[in-house]
Amino acid sequence: MSEPARPAALLEVEGVSVRFGALVALYQVSLEIARGEICAIIGPNGAGKTTLLNAVSGFYHPYEGRIVFEGRDRTRLRPYEVAALGVARTFQNVALFKGMSVLDNIMTGRLLKMRGSFLLEALHWGPARRQELAHRAFVERVIDFLEIQAIRKTPAGRLPYGLQKRVELARALAAEPTLLLLDEPMAGMNVEEKEDMSRFILDVNSEFGTTIALIEHDMGVVMDVSDRVVVLDYGRKIAEGPPEQVRKDPVVVDAYLGVSHD
Amino acid sequence: MKAPGTDARELRSESPAIDPALDTFPKLVRANAQRFPEKVAIREKDLGIWQASTWSDYLGEARAIALGLAALGFARGDKVAIIGDNRPQLYWAVMAAQALGGVPVPIYQDSIEKETQYIVDHAEARFAVVEDQEQVDKLLNVKERCPRLEQIVYDDPRGMRAYSEPFLLSLAELAERGKKFEIGHPTYFDDEVARGGADDVAIICYTSGTTGMPKGAILSHRNLIITAKNAAVFDGVGDDEEILSYLPMAWVGDHIFSYAQSILTGFAINCPESSATVLHDLKEIAPTYFFAPPRIWENILTSVMVRVEDAARPKRAMVHFFLRLAQEIERARLDHRPVPLRHRLLYRLGDLLVYGPLKDNLGLRRVRRAYTAGEAIGPDLFLFYRALGVNIKQIYGMTEASVFITVQRDGDVRLGTVGTPVTGVEIRLTEQGEVLFRSPGVFQGYYKNPDATRQTLEDGWVRTGDAGFLDHAGHLVIIDRAKDLSRLADGTMFAPKYLENRLKFSPYVREAVCFGQERPFVAAFVNIDLAAVGSWAERRNLAYTSYTDLAQKREVYDLVHQEVERVNRSLAEDEALAGAQIRRFLILHKELDPDDEEITRTRKVRRGHIAQKYATLIDALYSGRDHVPVEARVTYEDGRTGTVRADVRIRDAEVFARGEGR
Repeated sequence: MSEPARPAALLEVEGVSVRFGALVALYQVSLEIARGEICAIIGPNGAGKTTLLNAVSGFYHPYEGRIVFEGRDRTRLRPYEVAALGVARTFQNVALFKGMSVLDNIMTGRLLKMRGSFLLEALHWGPARRQELAHRAFVERVIDFLEIQAIRKTPAGRLPYGLQKRVELARALAAEPTLLLLDEPMAGMNVEEKEDMSRFILDVNSEFGTTIALIEHDMGVVMDVSDRVVVLDYGRKIAEGPPEQVRKDPVVVDAYLGVSHD
Repeated sequence: MKAPGTDARELRSESPAIDPALDTFPKLVRANAQRFPEKVAIREKDLGIWQASTWSDYLGEARAIALGLAALGFARGDKVAIIGDNRPQLYWAVMAAQALGGVPVPIYQDSIEKETQYIVDHAEARFAVVEDQEQVDKLLNVKERCPRLEQIVYDDPRGMRAYSEPFLLSLAELAERGKKFEIGHPTYFDDEVARGGADDVAIICYTSGTTGMPKGAILSHRNLIITAKNAAVFDGVGDDEEILSYLPMAWVGDHIFSYAQSILTGFAINCPESSATVLHDLKEIAPTYFFAPPRIWENILTSVMVRVEDAARPKRAMVHFFLRLAQEIERARLDHRPVPLRHRLLYRLGDLLVYGPLKDNLGLRRVRRAYTAGEAIGPDLFLFYRALGVNIKQIYGMTEASVFITVQRDGDVRLGTVGTPVTGVEIRLTEQGEVLFRSPGVFQGYYKNPDATRQTLEDGWVRTGDAGFLDHAGHLVIIDRAKDLSRLADGTMFAPKYLENRLKFSPYVREAVCFGQERPFVAAFVNIDLAAVGSWAERRNLAYTSYTDLAQKREVYDLVHQEVERVNRSLAEDEALAGAQIRRFLILHKELDPDDEEITRTRKVRRGHIAQKYATLIDALYSGRDHVPVEARVTYEDGRTGTVRADVRIRDAEVFARGEGR
């Protein structure tokens, strides 16, 4: 399945189908995401974009096809197992702990990296204390990177939407992911917030070398940030390629402009 | 007051001598690194933690930057643009430039490209040391139009990976080059520092011109060292102070507080994490020495009052009771009236319950002296902080004075004044009422702008452009910009804005407009504050239907009458303004409104428009009538217009002879 031109595929999705009862949400979708690239997944509403992300992160299990991550079959893993392999994500509807501070929310991103006994953690003593400090230090780097120092102690629920999105990104980054899945990171943002978020996405990619797959509707953003675009429509992949090429593809234009599908 | 000197050199000779071993800031830093190498010089909150650098770090870091610049071919006299938020690295870069005999030129970090370009180009900067990508981008965009700019050094490498311009390098790379350079030139740094002297240019501060292009005021090491030292001694600033360095580095005040005074006395400065975290960082640092413009004092007060109003009723009542008490006591103290024992005891209790916790929460508990300057600060705001026990004081200064001209002295704070001259400063007033000063801090001129220098600097005296006078106790009062002053028909000086501000200090007066130019006396229009006067009327069971109705009540006229006479009485204390007391006034039948083009959206009175619109009222003020019928068109919020009819009363106010007011 893998093309010789791109041997370094980090993620390979091979003929994946996902069904909910009689509804086929994804039908034999195949795609590859190369190490270090930013790949945008676009498509009209209901095209199956989020389903694809959910399949990759282990929320749904495909009834056919394979998902290969870092060269090994990962089709049947559970979400936390996928996360432990280095896949982090954000959600279309912000999913933060509203009553917790931004700092604590981001600390939860380190959860899978924490080792230690319950007792030591509770006493905040010895290795547990050292470990907590190390994690906190990493989280502070993320806070600095995303420029959210001023809201460190603010409860997440009190923040405006744009900032909540940024905090969600911070939590995902705290997990030091190899692959970052962003589900509509810019939905509901104003122009300035979108510009900020685009810059952060590019910075994450260039500073940490994180591979990013993102779902986005704003074509301007997609053109600006992504190396490659995959287009879904009615659960099928209809096009794939560099952004300029995809934008001109008549099949894509049809899908977006709603030409009748026979 | 001494007569003006005849030439600049004479002034020089008056200034105290400086030890040639300690006559530049790099030499002083080196001395600090020997005297207290392990004492904290700068803290910066980074990654959530206050990271401290000692004086020996300070010297080491600045030395590394200096040697790096030397490796790039830095020559004595070269200018270095410094752009960014308050960061230790940028303060070190300032010292590095000075150590090599160069001149730092700090530029406001939020300047738009055009302004940045103008200053970089005008100052002929060969180097720029900037904070981050944002500033690099700005300079890259203007570099073509700044032909002398050769090298750009940045501190934060974030996002800089993709930049390949050969003239860009990071501070870390610069320090690397410095290390290599040092191998061949081990004594270079110390030799260059030794070549510096007190009369070298220490910094060029570009002043934000409200009119025309910014002007670069040149300050020497001598200017800054003597002025910073005099002010520190004047106000008892010691080496154990903590300050928060959050105001722009390009502003001369930050240069004096965070650089000059810190180095001279050895106290520590603290750089906030980001501009958005300043109030939070303030609380963590709890500085002992603090500067803020009135706007920030106002913000802090508002944030407090909002939280008080949200508190439970008994708490709220307690806070209000103690705040009122404290202000009453402070007023008495400032007037040198005795404070009753009962009040003093209650203040102790209040300190325990309200003042202490409040100050603690704001980060003002340890403040020994706090300064405010810039625009006039309202007396209520000023009293609020003083009443809490925060020693807030007015200073008056400008870039051309190396900041300090006057400061309110501890124990001698008079409301409405800016205090008395700092050690070494002399003040003189011109015939026109303009304030001139002469001091060891007087700048060396504007860079490449001899015309502007000539207009400002004359025989060692600097024209401030501000009109003012000395009150009977010798405290300087700033009235207005000199060009806004006018005169009565008989030539008496008349400062409309000053009178209006004085009237507006009353809670019952919302707006005031004073007339008098080319007239025999001063007369005023007053707008009452509907909320304040309304509740005053309710407490007296005084019924009213509308603003117009309330404004024309005899009782309300009596109330305003008292306020006008209060202003007159305070004017009578001052020789310069005693002749410009308000003789007649009326209360306008409608509120001045931006929709009617009577005031601007920022609430500045549009004098010309009002004079035209209310010509009949003004005539009546000067004609001796005691009432005048008016009709005025008003524009309602929804755009409709209507007419208001009223019979406006005119009152005579008592005028006080000079000295009678006291």
